[in-house]
Amino acid sequence: MSHVSQPKPTEKPYDLIIFEPGKKYDLPLTLNLRQLAEERRPMILPGHRLCAGCAAPIIVKLVSFALRGPTIIANATGCLEVATTIFPYTSWAVPWIHNAFENAAATASGIEAAIKAMKKTGRLPYDHIDVIVFAGDGGTFDIGLQALSGMAERGHDVLYILYDNEAYMNTGIQRSGGTPPFAWTTTSPVGKVIPGKSQEKKPIADIMVAHRIPYVATATPAHWADMIKKVRKGIEVDGPAFIHALSPCNRGWRHDLDLAIEICKRAVDTCYFPLWEWERGKGYMLTDRSLAIAKNPQLKQPIEKFLEVQGRFRHLLKPENRHLLKQFQEYVDAVWEDLLNRAVNAPK
Amino acid sequence: MIFFSKKSKPKIPLEKQKLMTVNGDEAVAYAVKQCYVDVVAAYPITPQTIIVEKYSEFVADGEVHTEFIPVESEHSAMSACVGAAAAGARAFTATAANGLALMWEILYIAASLRLPIVLAVVNRALSAPINIHCDHSDAMGMRDSGWIQIFAENVQEAYDTTIQAFKIAEKALLPVAVNLDGFFLSHTLENIYMLPDDAVYEFLGGPRKVAKTYVDYLGKEVEAKLDPANPLSFGPLDLYDYYFEHKMHQVEAMKEAKKIVKEVHDEYAELSGRSYGDGILVPYEVEDADVIVTVLGSTGGTVRWVVKKLRQKGYKVGTVRIRLFRPFPFEELREILKGAKVVGVMDRAISFGSFGPSFLEVNTALYDLKEKPLLVNYVYGLGGRDVPPDLVEKMFMELLEDAKKGVVENKLRFLGVRE
Repeated sequence: MSHVSQPKPTEKPYDLIIFEPGKKYDLPLTLNLRQLAEERRPMILPGHRLCAGCAAPIIVKLVSFALRGPTIIANATGCLEVATTIFPYTSWAVPWIHNAFENAAATASGIEAAIKAMKKTGRLPYDHIDVIVFAGDGGTFDIGLQALSGMAERGHDVLYILYDNEAYMNTGIQRSGGTPPFAWTTTSPVGKVIPGKSQEKKPIADIMVAHRIPYVATATPAHWADMIKKVRKGIEVDGPAFIHALSPCNRGWRHDLDLAIEICKRAVDTCYFPLWEWERGKGYMLTDRSLAIAKNPQLKQPIEKFLEVQGRFRHLLKPENRHLLKQFQEYVDAVWEDLLNRAVNAPK
Repeated sequence: MIFFSKKSKPKIPLEKQKLMTVNGDEAVAYAVKQCYVDVVAAYPITPQTIIVEKYSEFVADGEVHTEFIPVESEHSAMSACVGAAAAGARAFTATAANGLALMWEILYIAASLRLPIVLAVVNRALSAPINIHCDHSDAMGMRDSGWIQIFAENVQEAYDTTIQAFKIAEKALLPVAVNLDGFFLSHTLENIYMLPDDAVYEFLGGPRKVAKTYVDYLGKEVEAKLDPANPLSFGPLDLYDYYFEHKMHQVEAMKEAKKIVKEVHDEYAELSGRSYGDGILVPYEVEDADVIVTVLGSTGGTVRWVVKKLRQKGYKVGTVRIRLFRPFPFEELREILKGAKVVGVMDRAISFGSFGPSFLEVNTALYDLKEKPLLVNYVYGLGGRDVPPDLVEKMFMELLEDAKKGVVENKLRFLGVRE
């Protein structure tokens, strides 16, 4: 759109994902790593400015592997947005739009409606275009909840992917509705009288289940096959779908740069972040490692395993805070028990 | 004021136009229906609601191909329009007062992304106290957002302007707000002429055509929209190394827009036989006037009626209605006002701690004159307070008195308020 001086065209074309109009695309779902690496290109290109060790671009890559055809991405304001599109550069290999912080779901609603209207009048050279939203926890649990709820209620055919790094990381680690209890953030600091965040985490995925949209799931980039399958399901259902993906942030969680995937594993192993999906008519179903834990409860690890590698929970592991740790464990157990009671495939 | 063309017959003579009795909101809804709009996203708010209601009927009856998104807030209404327009669709929404205030953030984004969205603003006072009646405080709140703003005087003009707005928006690559006074126009029945559907379709050149832009990394000129064949990124992070230049593009686009508003207005006049001044300003009896009053919106008619009456009594008074508020027609207005001894500026809004918003603009327009007219600001009609001709006459008499004295003591005056 700009006419100001821009970088000269590069010799090597960028590895864009081009979906030619009129061509049939229904890329098959594949879960073979070698095949994925050879055949599928990620929609996030190299050179983005996300922090080293960030889980968000891994999530975007995994989502890319689940695409079935022409796709448009809407992005809420957040780390993923600011670090991938610093003008005049963009890291997006597919059409992408950022509108504002709280309205990614409404923007996607408009895109979806435009696609429908243009298709109706024969002006869209594609059979179908998938619309996917990426938004962080701030833009989803908090300021974006209204637009998300509206989109879900109206039934727009959009897959909304929440990458949850459990705080407002982009502005310097402030607590959000997605921040877990006792976590240190810059607006829920660990002080002399208050030990981190005083409230529990908003059950966002359950709130989306309550909307009774066709598909809701949780996922982590560590459980990659599970995640790709879920994304594909979310795209394929007719109507809104919601995926809650855990996205460790080494800056805010105060963990080592190479631990994002390990922490995702620990989050699932401790049942802090259980993997499940919910489908209309089928109910809650545990998946992947969480299903294994439900079948073999001895696999469930104590919450310390999740907390001990993160600086934001350092105070919880001090001897004088043993009671807080116990509270945390009780919170995790209650959420897990509740899920076990609801999951149709959990052993009763 | 509507001038029916006397010189040449319009392309669509009046007998081929449909005479209908509608209120302002319905007139806008009918215009949008004829404009081949792909997406309408809206939230109801008095006095805009009839637009949405009427349009929902068109959708329910299958009279339009439009996807109607009954959003959960005005913020989402504008957000959805941004998404739809970026995807290549023609998009429309309507709102008023607090609804417009809730849209505020996205108004800037729509303009900065250069998306040709059309918005009907049914002017209404902002809270608190809550008030559902007409003033221009809502429109003035969006004046710096980069939108083209046009004020209609009557129902016919609201209809005509809505059709023009889509063409202006798509030519200027800027969103357009069509303002019509709440209740005075939105809920008042008038007989209006409507063009045949195919004439409007032809006037707009059919469905929206997306402007093209050269993209380096694609190595070609492509339509600036969300297209899976030509992946573009809309709304990136723009730091100090480019943001300023992008804002300058908007400045340039606004400059161009004035010409486009005129052109589209003239083209529409040829088609329909209806014109509103030159599309920017509607002057009346200004040639030899000692006192000229500027006004926006539906009050224009009242002021003109009073001018006519006073002229019959021999007073040298005139008025100019400002139809285009953004971009503001500084040069054109200066030309009209430069001979006057006193200029009264009527504002249906106030900037607390300052003057009425249009007073500041008129002031700026006149500053470069060597011999400046005296300037008085009349704030009137806040919260829908009636402005009867007597009150307007009283204002003119005060201004004539100022002209005689050659000095203005009280620059900010309030018309029709209890003391």
